[in-house]
Amino acid sequence: MTKQYDLVVIGGGPAGMAAALSAKQHGVENILILERDKELGGILNQCIHNGFGVHHFKEELTGPEYSARFITEIQKTSIEIMLDTMVLKIDNHRQIHAISPNHGYMVLKSKAIILAMGCRERTRGAIRIYGSRPSGIYTAGTAQRLININGYMPGKEIVILGSGDIGLVMARRMTLEGAQVKMVLELQSRSNGTLRNIVQCLEDYHIPLYLNHTIVQIHGKNRVEGVTIAKVDENLAPIKASYQYIPCDTLLLSVGLIPENEISKSARVKLDSRTRGPFVGELRQTNIPGIFACGNVLHVHDVVDFVSEEAALAGYGAARYIRGQFDTTITHQTINGEGVTYVLPQTMNIYHIEDTCNLYLRVNKPYGRCQIEAWIGNTLIASKREIRCLPSEMINFKIRKEAIVGSSDLRPAQAIDQQPTQIIVKIVGMDRDPSLP
Amino acid sequence: MFDICIIGAGVIGSAIARELAKYDLSLCLLEKDQDVSSGTSKANSGIVHGGYDAKYGTLKAKFCARGNQLYDQLEKELHFGFRRVGSFVIGFDDQDRKTIEALYENGLKNNARGLKIVDGDFVKKREPYLSDQIQVALYCESAGVISPYEFTIALAENAVDNGVELRLNTEVVGIHKQADHFVIKTHQKPIQSKVVINAAGLYSDKIAKMVGIEDFEIQPKRGEYVLFDKTQGHLVNSIIFQTPTEAGKGVLAVRTYHGNLMIGPSSTYIEEKNNVNTTAETINEVIHAARKSLPNFDLKEVITTFSGNRACSTKHDFIIEESKKIPGFINIAGIESPGLTAAPAIAQYVVEMVAASHLISLQQKSHFNPERRPYHHVSEMNPKELNELIQKHPEYGRIICRCETVSEGEIKDALSRSIPINTLDAVKRRTRAGMGRCQGGFCTPKILEIIYNELGIPVEKIEKKTAGSYIVVGRTKKAFH
Ligand SMILES: Cc1cc2nc3c(=O)[nH]c(=O)nc-3n(C[C@H](O)[C@H](O)[C@H](O)COP(=O)(O)OP(=O)(O)OC[C@H]3O[C@@H](n4cnc5c(N)ncnc54)[C@H](O)[C@@H]3O)c2cc1C
Ligand SMILES: Cc1cc2nc3c(=O)[nH]c(=O)nc-3n(C[C@H](O)[C@H](O)[C@H](O)COP(=O)(O)OP(=O)(O)OC[C@H]3O[C@@H](n4cnc5c(N)ncnc54)[C@H](O)[C@@H]3O)c2cc1C
Repeated sequence: MTKQYDLVVIGGGPAGMAAALSAKQHGVENILILERDKELGGILNQCIHNGFGVHHFKEELTGPEYSARFITEIQKTSIEIMLDTMVLKIDNHRQIHAISPNHGYMVLKSKAIILAMGCRERTRGAIRIYGSRPSGIYTAGTAQRLININGYMPGKEIVILGSGDIGLVMARRMTLEGAQVKMVLELQSRSNGTLRNIVQCLEDYHIPLYLNHTIVQIHGKNRVEGVTIAKVDENLAPIKASYQYIPCDTLLLSVGLIPENEISKSARVKLDSRTRGPFVGELRQTNIPGIFACGNVLHVHDVVDFVSEEAALAGYGAARYIRGQFDTTITHQTINGEGVTYVLPQTMNIYHIEDTCNLYLRVNKPYGRCQIEAWIGNTLIASKREIRCLPSEMINFKIRKEAIVGSSDLRPAQAIDQQPTQIIVKIVGMDRDPSLP
Repeated sequence: MFDICIIGAGVIGSAIARELAKYDLSLCLLEKDQDVSSGTSKANSGIVHGGYDAKYGTLKAKFCARGNQLYDQLEKELHFGFRRVGSFVIGFDDQDRKTIEALYENGLKNNARGLKIVDGDFVKKREPYLSDQIQVALYCESAGVISPYEFTIALAENAVDNGVELRLNTEVVGIHKQADHFVIKTHQKPIQSKVVINAAGLYSDKIAKMVGIEDFEIQPKRGEYVLFDKTQGHLVNSIIFQTPTEAGKGVLAVRTYHGNLMIGPSSTYIEEKNNVNTTAETINEVIHAARKSLPNFDLKEVITTFSGNRACSTKHDFIIEESKKIPGFINIAGIESPGLTAAPAIAQYVVEMVAASHLISLQQKSHFNPERRPYHHVSEMNPKELNELIQKHPEYGRIICRCETVSEGEIKDALSRSIPINTLDAVKRRTRAGMGRCQGGFCTPKILEIIYNELGIPVEKIEKKTAGSYIVVGRTKKAFH
């Protein structure tokens, strides 16, 4: 079966839904969302805690409530949805290959594609924890799915490795279900979860957080019986003298998320090793004309509201592309300066920007009072004060178009065949405060 | 009363069972674990060796070269996954060259096929990512890769389809020799059999002792591996061995049958036979040693580490014999590497032994079916085939394991074949669901649901692999009552 669409969106999580809606609002007619699950909503379906939508809807919603608002919007439109449908690859002719019980093997043609496949969790193997290989080791997201969607408890005595938000949320969730969460271990000297979650998920339940700690061995032949934990030195190497055996029947891992870009790779989309997602421009266009990306597949977001915001850009970009109003010129390039791990988008075409360009960035270490600055050559084009910047919290940094244009000598789009102008984004610390929570 | 009872459903016991199933015999295959291929046969290098390595004159040498030649036919009949990709033993200096020349000579005597000594350029052309320092290599065209557990499962399944009675969860705890038969004690009813074949791998010494044979011991020697994502698979096309030296055999790098990069194994004697832990020290050594052959693999792409234990006998060779003391008791013990390769040849030889012993008469079956029904692996099918299949069986269109593209149809097929299974690992070894980069994070809840729906086992009773390896403790809210 071969079908033709204007736009196909891969993934029906918050990114995919918001992108499809935005494209629709910008006049795209024939839109299809492909989702492998049996319902829309993505990872939000299992995030039954609240804290979603504070920016976007100005109220605190649970994950399913947040996604329900988008689902309702989508249902009012003619956007077509195929559930229970797995996208396998995008071929060299930019055709999407997908499979489903109802439609069999499909090859779909479209004028544009938006990638919104989300991310997956890092596993035990990826961080190489040694010992035996019993049952009882779960990534936090899998445990969350088992509890919140399937209604099963993975275990009773829990140790959690990694203090990312999912790990913290799960510490509370398992406690509320009656399990004993013995501790949360964090390799770094600071949690990479949000402050709010540390307070509300650990402190409120007296769950100890051990910083500078890791797991060096897993014990148990059939089911996990315990783990050996250790303190680590400044090179993150375990200190032998600190080894301690902790009995438990379950180990949860919350050790990072990886954008799921296997399909992007099949389409030869170029990936950035810093984000592990595609290199993109201001409208989230990738290096392959007509392919856009947004949400966790592009870079790991901690707040879904920014996912929706980003997805709207991708939807707008796709709409322009489909109308033939897309100019692939790159006028500017963002560069990591001091203190910055990545800045998104990596490139810009200033002609696509109406009045502001929204940069997303992460810092490489905690900062207290600091200033985020954007420079072109010797000119400071934008700055923003923060009282605190943490690697775990994505920073949203807006630059006005005039500021960018005003300081670079812009030529007509057609004439640009030279290097794009570099915008350097950096953090200037006012007082690096190691005593921060 | 069985004619022959085989203890141990690893590759050896399963190959023997299938070979004997060609004859009119009542056969029984006993396995202590919940599935076949739960021992060493599931965790090894998965290489069908060329046969140049084992010293001429040993049983290892004899059965390895012979076994190698049987694989094409077996793959045609059993569809377990086998590919002759060739192997290199790579050398860096004159000392290595001498060793390689000696291996070549030894290989010719062993009747190994497709051997050639080649220079560094030859290697580079076929293996562009290997070290630049390679001077010389022994190329062996006939070496290949298989999926070892799928091979073992295929053998056992075909044996069962041809009438072998497989008893899982049945540990042999004692054997009594009677006048003309054996009584085999288990935790269930005792089993009677005229002939007993001991293929209990690491525990074959223990089984032998049950009838008073004490002239060998099995010492476990562990091999640890690192398995990488398929993104690293392109780094090698064939099997890359290092030249053995005084210091050891080196480690190998291989693209597995299914396309992952794998490095290992280490080699350490250990105490406990069933200790298959991995350790930081050893894995770091393996990584370091492998870099000598293949300098640039990406540790960020590691999927898992695992290990398997070699059943090394104190006789330093395979033990393949009917006991002189106890007629009718056959030991197939000390089957360390290249036991996988040798298995089909050993199985044929066992038939000869049984025939020669005159304990039972062998009559070829007229209706032996050598074919095992292949799986419909969605990941290996073309769109046209898939569409036809999904139209008939929509469950092949529902992907359960996203990393390895495994459908619900494949999982249901695995659960309904002649070997009864009910664990996650049994499903995984038959379908690859859970073997990919996310290691079951995505598909575990879905597979639990399928097992529950197909077999009616409550989810809290479903196990990963062994008794006690439960996945969940109960329903939420109720789990603690
Ligand atoms: C445990 C947890 C707690 C969180 N807490 C908060 C919070 O309190 N507040 C907040 O604002 N944010 C929170 N977030 C973040 C937010 O939920 C995510 O950033 C957001 O869901 C990402 O949206 P997405 O659409 O990019 O990805 P996803 O939600 O992962 O959606 C991707 C979709 O694509 C589908 N898909 C993937 N591959 C394919 C394919 N090949 N074919 C078809 N479909 C495919 C998937 O099934 C999925 O539905 C949390 C996230 C998690 C995991
Ligand atoms: C690290 C490593 C790498 C290797 N690489 C290769 C290779 O690349 N190529 C190659 O050809 N060979 C290789 N080998 C060797 C090969 O894996 C073995 O020779 C082969 O798997 C042995 O099979 P088996 O059936 O004898 O043992 P096993 O697979 O261990 O089977 C024995 C079975 O007996 C059962 N059992 C034990 N006791 C009892 C009892 N009391 N009652 C009932 N059942 C019992 C066990 O549960 C087990 O299932 C390697 C081995 C190792 C360890």
